[in-house]
Amino acid sequence: MEDSKLLIALNMIPMLGSKRIIDIASIFKDSSGFLKATSEDLMQIPGISNKLCEHILKYRERVDPYAEIVRAKKAGAIIVTVLDIDYPVLLSQIYDPPPVLYVLGDPAILKYNAVAIVGTRKASSYGKKVAEIFAKDLASMEINVVSGMARGIDSYAHKGAIDAGGPTTAVLGCGIDIVYPPENINIMKNIVQCGCIITSFPMGTRPLSNNFPARNRIISGLSLGTLVVEAAEKSGSLITADFALEQGREVFAIPGSIMSPYSRGAHRLIKQGAKLVEDVNDILDELHLKNTIIHKRAPTENTFGASLNDDEKTVLNLLDFHPVHIEQLLVQSEKTSGEINSIITRLELKGLISSLPGGYIMKI
Amino acid sequence: MLALVKSCTIYGLESFLVDVEVDISSGLPAFDIVGLPDTAVKESRERVRAAIKNQNFNFPIKRITLNLAPADIKKEGPHFDLPIALGILSATEQLPAESLKQYAVVGELSLDGRTKPVSGILPMAIEVKEKNLKGIIVPEENVEEAAVIQGIEVIGVNSLKEAVDFFKGDLNIKPVRLSNEKDFSPESEGDFSEVKGQENLKRCLEIAAAGQHNVIMVGPPGSGKTMVARRIPTILPSMTFEESLELTKIYSIAGFIAGRSGLIKKRPFRAPHHTISAVGMVGGGRIPKPGEVTLAHYGVLFLDELPEFPKEILELLRQPLEDEKITISRISATITYPAKFMLVAALNPCPCGFYQDPFHECSCSPRQIHNYFSKISGPLLDRIDIQTDVAPVKFSDFESSSVTDSATIKKRVENARCIQLERYKGLNIYYNSQLTPGLINKFCKLGRAEKLLLRDAFERLKLSARAYNRILKVARTIADLEESDNIKEIHLAEALRYRNLDKYYNNLKM
Repeated sequence: MEDSKLLIALNMIPMLGSKRIIDIASIFKDSSGFLKATSEDLMQIPGISNKLCEHILKYRERVDPYAEIVRAKKAGAIIVTVLDIDYPVLLSQIYDPPPVLYVLGDPAILKYNAVAIVGTRKASSYGKKVAEIFAKDLASMEINVVSGMARGIDSYAHKGAIDAGGPTTAVLGCGIDIVYPPENINIMKNIVQCGCIITSFPMGTRPLSNNFPARNRIISGLSLGTLVVEAAEKSGSLITADFALEQGREVFAIPGSIMSPYSRGAHRLIKQGAKLVEDVNDILDELHLKNTIIHKRAPTENTFGASLNDDEKTVLNLLDFHPVHIEQLLVQSEKTSGEINSIITRLELKGLISSLPGGYIMKI
Repeated sequence: MLALVKSCTIYGLESFLVDVEVDISSGLPAFDIVGLPDTAVKESRERVRAAIKNQNFNFPIKRITLNLAPADIKKEGPHFDLPIALGILSATEQLPAESLKQYAVVGELSLDGRTKPVSGILPMAIEVKEKNLKGIIVPEENVEEAAVIQGIEVIGVNSLKEAVDFFKGDLNIKPVRLSNEKDFSPESEGDFSEVKGQENLKRCLEIAAAGQHNVIMVGPPGSGKTMVARRIPTILPSMTFEESLELTKIYSIAGFIAGRSGLIKKRPFRAPHHTISAVGMVGGGRIPKPGEVTLAHYGVLFLDELPEFPKEILELLRQPLEDEKITISRISATITYPAKFMLVAALNPCPCGFYQDPFHECSCSPRQIHNYFSKISGPLLDRIDIQTDVAPVKFSDFESSSVTDSATIKKRVENARCIQLERYKGLNIYYNSQLTPGLINKFCKLGRAEKLLLRDAFERLKLSARAYNRILKVARTIADLEESDNIKEIHLAEALRYRNLDKYYNNLKM
């Protein structure tokens, strides 16, 4: 059987894909065999061209798996290869499992049932809210919330899971020692506390744009299903959804307003047969997971109905679950701007509405 | 022979009397000017020589020494032409010296001897009155500007000859009298009733005007930010006579008044473009001139596309916003100009304008948006009490049935200002935006319910500590508009709404 050091070394050679790494490793068995191999030996492997062979020989001398392990250890990470018992089973079942994973945090989290939550980086407040709620619900049922730690939906999915005390897993498109995007440093720290951060890229890899599709396949590959919250027409989240389908996993989508450009992607998935999801039970049923918590979202009006005065009720009735502009509200309510603004603040403090940038207000 | 003519010079916003002393003695023909003259003053030798000759007087072929006293203040500008010419004529006995003593003389001469208007006439007239002179001789075009000052004779002359004839007593020029009721302010800026929809924005601006709060407006391109801003001076309270005089003085020195008359009665509206230089914004230059912040004194300084302004220029605004004046130090002088303006800034929510618009996709990257906002520094934002949205054009269809005009709003604003003036009597502040943290504790007392509301708001809306004082000041103004002695829950709740920019910032963080 192959040697894990060899896998780590091969993974450090740029331009070698997961599939090819496994192929090479299965022939040379261990590092010394690989280091001794001549170009003729390499050319024997199907699919290795003259050029690629030269490339491998050039890098073969430079990569040092032992130094890499030390470097990872310094960053607090451990390295798990496909050979290890800790390697997540679901991920090993996909067509091209990454041979090497760098893990920061508790690798045992990867053994949990997992659901991926992905979406646009430029999320609406609706999308952010939904991502947070679903992540919270899933995490509180010990289901690992997997996402990519990008801005927008990803960040809110991790945040929801962290609030519930985890578990959550972030899959990076860069080396584990690089924080990207930089503002997520706090989220990263919190994830390590209650979950783990993984990547297939060697230490020090920069977050280049072509790393992200490879990262997306790990997100979907780790998970039983992928939930797309908000996605524009062309979006990385749709790539993740495609990977999930290829890997034979479920795809779920959250519906949005037909007016919003950020609903397009999710709606297209629904048209193509993705399951429309209204609450977390829809996901659990589809995945045949036992619903351990009966989740009931209390209808907001009832809880607060008693404490609202007439003005507040009037305004609340004029609002909707999609954004309404304050100018519209002013005309419809026939109140002065001062009154409306004061009512909005009170409703907002009662947690019934959310006021968005740009003068929009929305029920929540 | 020796002769003396009185004239004036400008230093900052003030004017000083200057003695133009002329001595003519025999020797090699020469014409020297001493007493810290600048280039424009030195050049007046050539103009004066030609003017005297062309008006059929004799220019002495002798040694002429001219002193501008006091000799330690730098003298600038071409307005010494006329006094120098009169001095030479007096020294050569072409003009009786006695009559000159009662008047100050200013004016530029052309080569043919006709007078040309100069800037800074109003402060000079004020100085002439303070020094108890009988009157001031000015170029005809400047007459109405100087005539604002009562109690001195303002004599307008068209040429050197007219001035000479006046002093000889051959020509009787009637002093110009002008009632200061006359108003030359630029034509009307429009009216708030012309603004369709935007009720929320109008309310914000009313509050801003009532408490002299600085405002920042965020809105998509083409939503009418400039149009509304232009109308803000129409809802600000009328200027007092002293304010008008001070403002007119500034415009007089900046040279914006020549040829027009009377006091400026309307509050100024200045909208410099974002390519403006530091000197253009705060004033200065080789010959110090007031900048935009001073030209906007008692009025509105409107900065459209705020993030497009260079950061250094925006940081320059911090002193005037804090101290209501700007001090510029140059080699030649340190000058302080007043700069008590209301800052109105406008910006798009992002470079493309659609960030956070639920109905359009924004094409900017998060980094672009971050860079766009980060141009505006925290200390600058701290000085802006009210942050508001401008609704996209599509919402202007939602026009309410009751359209208020500027006059109605102005009445409410003036009323609120009166309450503030009364309350802050003897404290050396005049409106709510000037409240210091100590005074906020004194004048913005909150009841139990209000304190609870504020605490709740800070927890739920994740307000920054910076927002605290801003919210209280604005709430105080809202209470004043409602003529309420105490800040009530409703006022505080409304004030909490005017901090939308913080929301954009919070959104960016995740």
